[in-house]
Amino acid sequence: MSTGARSSARPRWIAAGLLAVGASLVLGVAVGPISLPPLRVAAELLDHIPFVDIDSGLTPTEANIVWLVRLPRVVLALLVGAMLALAGGCYQGVFRNPLADPMLLGVASGAGLGATLFITARAAGMPAAQGVLPIAAFAGAVGALMLTYLIGGVKSGGRNPTRLILAGVAVTSLLSAVQTYVQQRNADAIRQVYSWLLGRLSVSGWEEVLTVLPYVAVTTAVVLVMRRELDVLTVGDDEAAGLGLHPQRSRYILLAAASLGTAAAVSVAGLIGFVGIVVPHIVRLLAGPSYRSILPLSVLFGGTFLVLADLVARTAVAPGELPIGVVTAFAGAPFFILVMRTTRQEAV
Amino acid sequence: MLDVREVSVELGGRTVVDKVALTAAPGEWVTVIGPNGAGKSTLLRAVAGLVAHDGDITVGGRTLADMRPRERARRVAMVHQQPVVPPGMSVADYVLLGRTPHIPPLGREGAADHAAVDSVLSTLDLHVFAQRRLETLSGGERQRVFLARALAQGAELLLLDEPTTALDIGHQQEVLDLVDGLRATGGLTVLSTMHDLSIAGEYADRLILLAEGRLVADGLPREVLTEANLAEHYRARVRVVEVDGIPVIVPIRGRQR
Repeated sequence: MSTGARSSARPRWIAAGLLAVGASLVLGVAVGPISLPPLRVAAELLDHIPFVDIDSGLTPTEANIVWLVRLPRVVLALLVGAMLALAGGCYQGVFRNPLADPMLLGVASGAGLGATLFITARAAGMPAAQGVLPIAAFAGAVGALMLTYLIGGVKSGGRNPTRLILAGVAVTSLLSAVQTYVQQRNADAIRQVYSWLLGRLSVSGWEEVLTVLPYVAVTTAVVLVMRRELDVLTVGDDEAAGLGLHPQRSRYILLAAASLGTAAAVSVAGLIGFVGIVVPHIVRLLAGPSYRSILPLSVLFGGTFLVLADLVARTAVAPGELPIGVVTAFAGAPFFILVMRTTRQEAV
Repeated sequence: MLDVREVSVELGGRTVVDKVALTAAPGEWVTVIGPNGAGKSTLLRAVAGLVAHDGDITVGGRTLADMRPRERARRVAMVHQQPVVPPGMSVADYVLLGRTPHIPPLGREGAADHAAVDSVLSTLDLHVFAQRRLETLSGGERQRVFLARALAQGAELLLLDEPTTALDIGHQQEVLDLVDGLRATGGLTVLSTMHDLSIAGEYADRLILLAEGRLVADGLPREVLTEANLAEHYRARVRVVEVDGIPVIVPIRGRQR
């Protein structure tokens, strides 16, 4: 039947995405200061799946490197990448604008301010563990988001999403100004602040993964459940309402979920740009404009992209480390241009 | 089938529709005419449940205000004046969106939905376009696709807001004949707005004339389309001639020959 042609391509892309996630996972764990054979790494990972029993042949030390050092970082990259890409795809659908960014509504500047305040306070002698930094950033991000919603007139039920974007712009400028001021007043902490702003994925065991996991799980569930509604929203609010939806309600639920997920990702990984715009965009060019493809594929390819970017970040100038935000921008832009020039689908 | 009683709509503090009453029997085609700004589209939007209204609207014996949005969408479908064309979307996927009120909130479309889309595509002769992207179609083809999406909703009441404004006379006839055929075979009730009075008179069973939000005439086309009515409410100088019992409007220019 002709009507099913487009949707039958979806399972193939999903399979490709799962494969990419698996491959990047193995690669990300295998490559490092001590190289591990990828096949053995794959066997070691598979061995931990229930009812699968494979002897990987890794020494106990190597197994420890896998489970305590590399895997947590790779999984964190996977979660953060998946989250940013999913949130980006969601924002683009809600605002019907392929250039919408998950940090549009002030999340980034709020997190930046939260992190900067924490870093400077700590430099000034406030006793606090480094592990509190994500909490400070998360509080800043959520605070900024609430401010945006408040100014954007969510309560009065404004029908125009442009108001929300404008409120986001205003909140971003305001909080960035405050952040810059605080940063300039505390020049000794400036390096630390910059390193956070440019994004980094450093882990101490599984702690960071466990911090973001609940948010990523909830956000992914909410957004994926509502992915069909995003397709309906593409025909405009009036017609979506005529098709039995509450467009305004759907939009705010989706935005709240995506923003909270973004805030969680930013709080553990800093400001990693580009993933949220470029991954959903590439996925759209490859698999078509339906959000029912774009969103699940963004999760898979966003995760893959960030694992590979992190691999480059920690090996390119080893033993040093590049800020991952620099890598994502550097790698993403040319790839994006390549995909844009080689696909015939003008889905933009 | 459709019963509109004393319906008023206020937009931004201004009364746009003022205590309008109208009915449509099952299978009937009622067309709302009136000068620009008379409230035609707003009346249609009220019947579609898209703007808040005072008064009562019932569809198939059920009060519109009591229906949940999904139920309303299964009973009333609307083709808007200038529908948004989502970039990159295929015709088949677009028509499938019309099945939204039949798909459970967490579910996905099933065989019945695909079958419904298929049958609508055949009825409107759109199968060859199924995999084409909507924005690559011509105006007349697009209008048929918009109609297909509304029909896929499986509603008993079809609202058409200026369905043929962008089309040439051949394509106007094509689209309106399709609607007329569906009405005859499928028992569809149609409420439309129209600018072209001759076309309105040709296709409608009954005309409703609105002026400044109020109903000023309701009846058969030849009862409503009179020189006096058009002079008073449109400020138009026209001559009305009857061809085969259907009124035809001939505009007269102001300067004497």
